[in-house]
Amino acid sequence: MRNILKLFAAIAVLAIAFPGAALAADDGHGTEIEAQDWSFAPPFGHFDRAQLQRGYKVYQFVCANCHGMKLLSYRNLGEPGGPQFSEAAVEALASQAQITDGPDDMGKMFQRPGKPSDRLRSPYPNDQASRAANGGALPPDLSVMAKAREGGPDYLYALMTGYGEVPEDMKMTKGMHYNTAFPGHQIAMPNPLSEGVVEYTDGTEPTIKNYAKDVSAFMVWAAEPKLEERYKIGARIMIFLIVFAVIMYLSNIAVWSRVHKKDHAAKTET
Amino acid sequence: MAHESTYTPSTGIGRWIDTRLPVPRLMHDQFGVFPMPRNVNYLWTFGAILSFMLVVQIVTGIVLAMHYQPTVDGAFDSVEKIMRDVNWGWLLRYAHAVGASMFFFAAFIHTFRGLYYGSYKAPREILWMLGVLILFLMIATAFMGYSLVWGQMSFWAVTVITNLFSSLDSLIPGLGTTLVQWIWGGFSVGEPTLNRLFALHYLFPFVIVGVVILHIWALHIPGSNNPTGLDVKTKSDTLPFHPYFTIKDGFAIVLFCLLFGVFLFYAPNYLGHSDNYIPANPLQTPPHIVPEWYFLPFYAILRAIPDKLFGVIGLMGAIVVLFFIPWLDTSRIRSVSYRPIFKWFFWLFVICCLVLGYLGSQAPDGWYLFWGRVCTIYYFAFFLIIMPVVGLIERPKRLPGSITESVLGKKTAAPSGGAA
Repeated sequence: MRNILKLFAAIAVLAIAFPGAALAADDGHGTEIEAQDWSFAPPFGHFDRAQLQRGYKVYQFVCANCHGMKLLSYRNLGEPGGPQFSEAAVEALASQAQITDGPDDMGKMFQRPGKPSDRLRSPYPNDQASRAANGGALPPDLSVMAKAREGGPDYLYALMTGYGEVPEDMKMTKGMHYNTAFPGHQIAMPNPLSEGVVEYTDGTEPTIKNYAKDVSAFMVWAAEPKLEERYKIGARIMIFLIVFAVIMYLSNIAVWSRVHKKDHAAKTET
Repeated sequence: MAHESTYTPSTGIGRWIDTRLPVPRLMHDQFGVFPMPRNVNYLWTFGAILSFMLVVQIVTGIVLAMHYQPTVDGAFDSVEKIMRDVNWGWLLRYAHAVGASMFFFAAFIHTFRGLYYGSYKAPREILWMLGVLILFLMIATAFMGYSLVWGQMSFWAVTVITNLFSSLDSLIPGLGTTLVQWIWGGFSVGEPTLNRLFALHYLFPFVIVGVVILHIWALHIPGSNNPTGLDVKTKSDTLPFHPYFTIKDGFAIVLFCLLFGVFLFYAPNYLGHSDNYIPANPLQTPPHIVPEWYFLPFYAILRAIPDKLFGVIGLMGAIVVLFFIPWLDTSRIRSVSYRPIFKWFFWLFVICCLVLGYLGSQAPDGWYLFWGRVCTIYYFAFFLIIMPVVGLIERPKRLPGSITESVLGKKTAAPSGGAA
């Protein structure tokens, strides 16, 4: 009994310890991904609203020039657990985008300002247009990017801060850029960030590191918009289960004590 | 079934039902007063845990199916839409995905428990074989379910695994190719493939339910095995299923849910592969195609064998060989606890399976391949050579006189029963 409880405890501890270990691990391509401190780390973390709002701004002014985020709608930006822009701000952000709608009564497609219910506007109408504009490379959609790379936000941060001088012994393919975090160290995406490229109004230093951190956090939210709800519900359910487990444990002891009493009596008889 | 029924309906309605469809009598006899060996330990709770997980998978799966779109263009986005726009969708989808891992984790412990305590030996051969059949169905179901996400790993896993059938071309030219195209419903993995995988993924769990019922039926004929491997001899060897084992199983299920919860709420994607969040792209092969963790040992066996056809035979054989172990094991006694030589081989086998799991996640070259081959050879040698031979030459330890004696002492060599 006690051994089994220990086994369960050990498994639970391992289960908690391993994801942390996995995040810190090298991805096997000779690149080093440094683990960062994130406000949304499990089990009790939550997003920093101001950071997500700054991150959206970086996304909007930098990333969105080439990358789409088609699984998100503008309304998501105002929902609980996210950047939580005000209703007016969401409408304003949406209306900045020109959305192709239609067909109208005359059978024609037309342009109109975006609404909160619209999906985030993708910069290119299709993958071919995207490739044509980017020298044959396809900037991937960023909706679930934070889940689609090993290391998640740590990797994204390392990638965006990983641009640098090409080492002398390295031969670069034409049109590629050197990056310490990218597998193979050659990435088609040019360095997207430079100091002061996006204006911050809340006093945060407009450095590359801050941009990278904020937009990485934003991408985690974009990939996991229910993360805060998951932690919150999770904490409640885990507490419930722990209490329930104690009750079940005590009930188990109470029920089995009948047998143990009988056993004891049988033993003393002999 | 094998025991006298003690059910006496106390009401008129109860008697009326009892003479027409005696379900209450069945429940009373099989889950109320059913005699369980009193010394079973917590490893015996995994049967109940697995039943619970099967229900979790079916319930979450049915709701997911209401929102899922089995189309090449819509599948990936519909899964994300479930997690974003469906009420509690994130919980359902992650519970289903993590639940599959938990299901296999429990199934592996359950299988190894049966292996250790000799639960496959007479008179439980059919019980064991039904269990192996369930494991096989689970593997098929999980594989098809994983494909439905239609990410890069989903797509390429389907491509690789279905392509295994093309190895039959080396037997009869054209046979494999024809078979593969029939499975795909076309000349490559595409929409017809996705649709049939979805249809079968919905069907198989109910087939599993059917076989589980047979499995429990077959269990209730001889009754449960126990850590000593001794047969039940007297009434004092047993306790009624309710309340002693309902409460114990219930406690174990709650503990299991805690483990489930840790992954579900705090690391739902930890057990998966990040590449599966990249939408399927038939034009781009991922650098490493790896299956979910619960298939890694089998994958390692497949890749350890240089010839494609024999690799597939090895892969299938790793499961098929389990059907025969009731007859491969020549030992007179069941529990490995009383088998001083076989014990070492057993634990080496457990390590071998874990190592195969690790090797399955690595690229098959150099030492990885070498150890993959060593472990593959041991995997089959364990069943085909060690089991029959050791059973003949080994001298078992002295067994306790009875289950009751093993619990109450006389200082016999009883394994720590835990339960009692």
